[in-house]
Amino acid sequence: MAIRPIDATKIERANFWWRVGSLAPAIIVLALLSIWPVFNLAYLSLSDVKWVSGSAVVDFVGLRNFHELFTGEEVYWAGVRNTIIFAICAVTLQMIFGFTMALAVRRASKIGRSVLTAVVLLPIVIPPIVIGAMWRLLLGRDFGIVNSLLSYLSLPQVDWLGDPRFALMSVVVVDVWHWTPFVFLLTLAGLESLDQEVFEAAKLDVKNRWQELRYVTIPLMMPTILITLAFRMILSFKVFDEVFLLTGGGPGTATEVINFSINRVFFAQDRVGMGSAMSLLTIFGVAALIVVANTVVRRRRKQKDAAA
Amino acid sequence: MNAKRSLSGIGGNVMAWGYALIILGPMLWILSNSFKRQIDILMGTTVAPITLVNYQLIINSRQSHFLWNLWNSAVVAVIATLLVLAIATVAAFTVARLQPPRWVTFILLGWALVFHMLPTLTFVGSWYVMFTQVGLHGTYTALILAQVVQGLPMALFLMIGFVMNIPKELVQAARLDGCTYAQVFRHLIFPLSLGGMAAAGALAFISAWSDFAIALNLSNKDTMTAPVAIATFAQEHQILYGQMAASSMLSMIPALAFIMFGQRFVVRGLLAGAVK
Repeated sequence: MAIRPIDATKIERANFWWRVGSLAPAIIVLALLSIWPVFNLAYLSLSDVKWVSGSAVVDFVGLRNFHELFTGEEVYWAGVRNTIIFAICAVTLQMIFGFTMALAVRRASKIGRSVLTAVVLLPIVIPPIVIGAMWRLLLGRDFGIVNSLLSYLSLPQVDWLGDPRFALMSVVVVDVWHWTPFVFLLTLAGLESLDQEVFEAAKLDVKNRWQELRYVTIPLMMPTILITLAFRMILSFKVFDEVFLLTGGGPGTATEVINFSINRVFFAQDRVGMGSAMSLLTIFGVAALIVVANTVVRRRRKQKDAAA
Repeated sequence: MNAKRSLSGIGGNVMAWGYALIILGPMLWILSNSFKRQIDILMGTTVAPITLVNYQLIINSRQSHFLWNLWNSAVVAVIATLLVLAIATVAAFTVARLQPPRWVTFILLGWALVFHMLPTLTFVGSWYVMFTQVGLHGTYTALILAQVVQGLPMALFLMIGFVMNIPKELVQAARLDGCTYAQVFRHLIFPLSLGGMAAAGALAFISAWSDFAIALNLSNKDTMTAPVAIATFAQEHQILYGQMAASSMLSMIPALAFIMFGQRFVVRGLLAGAVK
């Protein structure tokens, strides 16, 4: 094969197009299907939309939808309150259980650990709707196995999903079951990556296990804990599927979550304008949370780097 | 001291097996319920005669075509995963190794991060309006496009991380040999990031296969996916618990396959994705 002289400009041109062409699909997909929808929502939220034979007839109504959203629409605000309670309770419990399990299992045998890793993956990888179905069978009032066990122990039966006092807590329990494995895997990986020499060195200074945990393990694990906490907290605003099958937002508004209000207003009630206003408000609320969480995590990291 | 160590080892083992039981318990309960008649479920019978009637009903009855629903899920999830992987991998190479303008990377990754964390349902309404206006509502195309944008951010982060792990020197050496970027990608980056693609692909597939919020509102009777079909069993006048359990079991098959054959990819993806 004859050696061709390398045509530098030709390569330059090919490389330029590669750089543009390789980023273009990602940018186009995100722009068309995630950025444009936000503008679309902004436009729809200022309108009254009616469907006439499959095409939308849009009337401009100004800020009426937002005015209504802030003065009426108590269901949405009940949803906001429930979602925040849900997120705080569920994530706190997940962090405590997940981290405790990771600490305990770190010393378990290799077989125990590898079996557990396979098992804890299950809730993470199966469809969330299945988790809803599963717990509905467990928590059903008349036939659920939880109530059967309670009556076997001659304790009073509880309508876990139908009683407004328990419904939200039942949803929290299901979410804890669902996502504790995730916290467990992350913190276990974090623990295993810690430098064992630090523990050896600290052995001289700590009196007992508790001190080791308090003054060595937890400070070293702080970055992992913080990131996991922020991550889970924000992602739990996505909750929808399990609630859909467990309680359907009821009884009353006991387990109404933000996503439920949006889904109902948009699709069941066909109020596109109001649904868009709700979506937009939620997007900005959660985005603000994301920015705050990101800044906090980053600042902690910087402090740590500066101290090191 | 040694006795203390082994004691805590036993404690750790007990905790590990106990926790495994807490997770497996509900799984086994729904499995056993899928083999029970509706009457046995409603009576709360723990040990009941085994029947296949639920599986027969969901697969072969006038109301339910669950195999078709599974097929729809598979079509949407497979195509969406392939598209996500293709888009994310080429973009990841450029972002990680070819220094695109700072602001492009910043906006792309920043928005991808925010979008990934926003509740899906805040976008479904807008997608619904958009797809209806262009006549795509209820089509595979609409479902696949929504899944692609949904899965793209995570795949992008994962692939950037994996490409970063490929030594810079390799790319430089290939460049000195006169390779264009496209050739570097084809002969170097692509083969070296196959493991990363398996991890990113596993996560993308799982999230597309599991999706409920999007398919609930963007699919129609013909393109209904498995999770939406499962939910319909709970919305009948009388809740069909047995069929709900049986269809749940069938829709868990891919997840079980992943755990058996691709566990390390799933774990790798989960861990890498969360640290970003």
